[in-house]
Amino acid sequence: MSAQPRIAEGAGAIGAPERALGGTILAVEGVSLAFGGVTALSDVSFDVREHEIRAIIGPNGAGKSSMLNVMNGFYQPQRGVIRFGGREFHGMKPYEAARMGIGRTFQNIALFRGMTVLDNVMTGRSLKMRRNFFLQALRLGPAMREEIEHRRAVEEVIDFLEIQHIRRTPVGRLPYGLQKRVELARALAMEPTLLLLDEPMAGMNLEEKEDMCRFVLEVNDHFGTTIVLIEHDMGVVMDISDRVVVLDYGRKIADGTPDEVRGDQAVIDAYLGVAH
Amino acid sequence: MAEQASGLDTFPKLLLHHASVRGERPAIREKDLGIWQTWSWKQFADEVRLLACGLAERGLKRGDHMALVGDNRPRLYAAMCAAQCLGAIPVPLYQDAVAAEMSFPIQNAEIRHALAEDQEQVDKLLEILPRCPTLEHIYFDDARGLRKYPQAQLLAYDKLREIGAASHRRDPAFLDTEIAKGSADDTAAMFFTSGTTATPKGVVLTHRALIDRARAAAEMEGLGDRDVALAYLPPAWIGQNIFSYAQPLVTGYCICCPESAETVITDMREVGPTYYFAPPRVLEALLTQVSIRMEDAGRLKRAMYGHFMEAARRVGGAILDGRRVGIAERLRYLLGDLLVYGPLRNALGMSRVRVAYTAGEAIGPDLFRFYRSIGINLKQLYGSTETSVFVCVQPNGQVKADTAGPPVRGVELKFTAQRELLIRSPGLFKEYYKNPQATAEAKDRDGWFHTGDAGYFDPDGHLKIIDRVKDVGKLNDGTLFAPKYLENKLKFFPYIKEAVAFGNGRDRVCAFINIDMEAVGNWAEKRKLAYTGYVDLASRDEVCELVAQCVEQVNADLAADPELAGSQIHRFLILHKELDADDEELTRTRKVRRGFIGEKYAPLVAALYGGQRSVHVDAQVRYEDGRTGKVSADLKLRDAKTFAPRAARRAA
Repeated sequence: MSAQPRIAEGAGAIGAPERALGGTILAVEGVSLAFGGVTALSDVSFDVREHEIRAIIGPNGAGKSSMLNVMNGFYQPQRGVIRFGGREFHGMKPYEAARMGIGRTFQNIALFRGMTVLDNVMTGRSLKMRRNFFLQALRLGPAMREEIEHRRAVEEVIDFLEIQHIRRTPVGRLPYGLQKRVELARALAMEPTLLLLDEPMAGMNLEEKEDMCRFVLEVNDHFGTTIVLIEHDMGVVMDISDRVVVLDYGRKIADGTPDEVRGDQAVIDAYLGVAH
Repeated sequence: MAEQASGLDTFPKLLLHHASVRGERPAIREKDLGIWQTWSWKQFADEVRLLACGLAERGLKRGDHMALVGDNRPRLYAAMCAAQCLGAIPVPLYQDAVAAEMSFPIQNAEIRHALAEDQEQVDKLLEILPRCPTLEHIYFDDARGLRKYPQAQLLAYDKLREIGAASHRRDPAFLDTEIAKGSADDTAAMFFTSGTTATPKGVVLTHRALIDRARAAAEMEGLGDRDVALAYLPPAWIGQNIFSYAQPLVTGYCICCPESAETVITDMREVGPTYYFAPPRVLEALLTQVSIRMEDAGRLKRAMYGHFMEAARRVGGAILDGRRVGIAERLRYLLGDLLVYGPLRNALGMSRVRVAYTAGEAIGPDLFRFYRSIGINLKQLYGSTETSVFVCVQPNGQVKADTAGPPVRGVELKFTAQRELLIRSPGLFKEYYKNPQATAEAKDRDGWFHTGDAGYFDPDGHLKIIDRVKDVGKLNDGTLFAPKYLENKLKFFPYIKEAVAFGNGRDRVCAFINIDMEAVGNWAEKRKLAYTGYVDLASRDEVCELVAQCVEQVNADLAADPELAGSQIHRFLILHKELDADDEELTRTRKVRRGFIGEKYAPLVAALYGGQRSVHVDAQVRYEDGRTGKVSADLKLRDAKTFAPRAARRAA
């Protein structure tokens, strides 16, 4: 895996925000999405810069998950464009997104529950498998060599996320916090340039949250992966993200560093409610 | 044999010897990225060579100390040997110690060089850096998360190795000269004793002491270069160091480093060690796991397990000891081995174990016999950091549940009038580092080491340790009273969680008992006995009866021991609350504070000795959130049956 060099010199403290960020890697421009008469997103624009941790926050039903689903082609927006990797999309297919290096995890874990952790993470490599189905099925030379190469990459991810002890355990038998970690492992196995995390810490206890924060920061630091995450835990968001987008009723109401967002009146109103 | 060749008197010399006579044999294995990676003796020696040159280049000198902080990793052991090559002294530190605990050893030994396994350990060292001005160089193995650390003290292991390689190319003879300068009486390593009671002391051990003890035990067990051991306990603990560094270097066997602490059980199954060490708590955890899984098994399997384990209990130990067993029982055991014991040993990763040791604390006889009965040659040993471990070891065929065996070759033992065990052995430590006073207290002019442990020889000449000398007392009639020995005997019953024995300066022994809420709770549920909580359960007559049976069982055992028959437990009560470290009744390591409890519950002690039938208590308890509450209860005091001393089996 290529670890891209970072320019900044930080103290290594958690969430040290004074990192030099690269150019824009992904831009969302004027995206609107509606389901029948229900508007999920209306005219949302923001950008994601290379190597940053970008958070999307907002109250329930604000359109956060919809936004993520638009970004990786799960939903097709009615209006607006997504620019990514030098191309312009009015709506891409999920597999196109994956091929271009967008990985993601889901709010409610979407793993193969009957398969082991190792097999689940291995599926993350499927886009990178070059040998055809028959060679793989017959376990012929070139396919085996390729398999070994992929297995090595997967083992590195397993080592990185410290899940060696559950390598052979079926995912369905694991506690929730570990399943979340396995899902992250699967997303990492595809070596994404952009990683979308949908509530990676939801439902976790404090210790699991701290672990997950550490992994998110390390992924960002070690692999140089750009991360977009949705999270409800404000402490986590403010600690680890470089910039925050705030959505409310499908509209962008604020965008900036955690400090700027924290003091924004519109954000406070959205979260605490306001007298009408 | 070549192993005995003279001149191999330091660990680096032994390493070079192995690299030349069995260069291609495995020296050390590590599971990394899911695969066992093997380092041959030759590769390991080459690694040590480069590392030593690198360390020399960075200024590590003869007599310097070097801290090693990390888990069992080939590179950590390579660094240990590299330091020794230069005549420097490795000081392994516990990897799970908090930063503050690391500052004393570093200050005390004026450590300038340290090898840390990963970011976690580096962070700790950096935290104490302001208090440890001598620490100049911190090398790290796993660079993850450390890329952006600006500290000038930090250097990656790989970089150090490169520096070493360059230096080795310039002056290939340098290291061999350095290794040749080493002698048997140089300090090989320093281990800090845990400082639960006082400040830690650095125990200085020479090459001669460690090699002598490692060799004596290896010869006794017939260890050779085909053996395999698993390195899974902290390297800073002398035992792990002997098993995974000193003994492999003496005999040439291979050690295996598991992938992580969580994978030890699977890794052990994969490597199948032939030589194994486990403290009682690990053995207990394994047995619990087996029992739980058996309870979930199908009816047929459960019945088979029950039937054959019963057979094993009867004859398994005797067969292992090579004693005579009837042909019918022997056949039944053979069948059991095929159907139950063999698969069970395999599940435990102990299929190939020839020699297994346990030590560190008292082991319950049932637990001990379980392992022996399924054919695992588990034995006990006695030793400490100051004695390079091996003082007493049970020889094959002479294994007992409650002794530590006879002395190993070369060891002399004697007892003082207070029954304190004194040891003279070639494996004794040189001194406590920079602490001549403590050295003088522990080691007298004639070279006897005062262990602080009280014990005696049983009729077979096996050492039996009963307690710390300072805790051993006497009943009024002069009978030996060893409270911890009695308490341990009680605690071996699953129903008893804690026990406190009183008797010093009194006529008889009485005891407080804490029941084990979980075990007794289960027991009560099976009998359809309703209860509301601990206080209620503890005050039940049925529970009292259950505990009385345990106490009487202990008394029956004691009656068989001529030394301790007089200290049978006459009366006991079940405490109304669980002893708790928050109430200062236990230490943080869960040892009972007998004196404090005796004072705090003085009326209860008085009632026990006063012969009352019951006593009312109001007690204050402190909850975990800091609030306090009151508990009141009527405690029943009970007499326990005692037994007339039985004559020792081999009297006269």
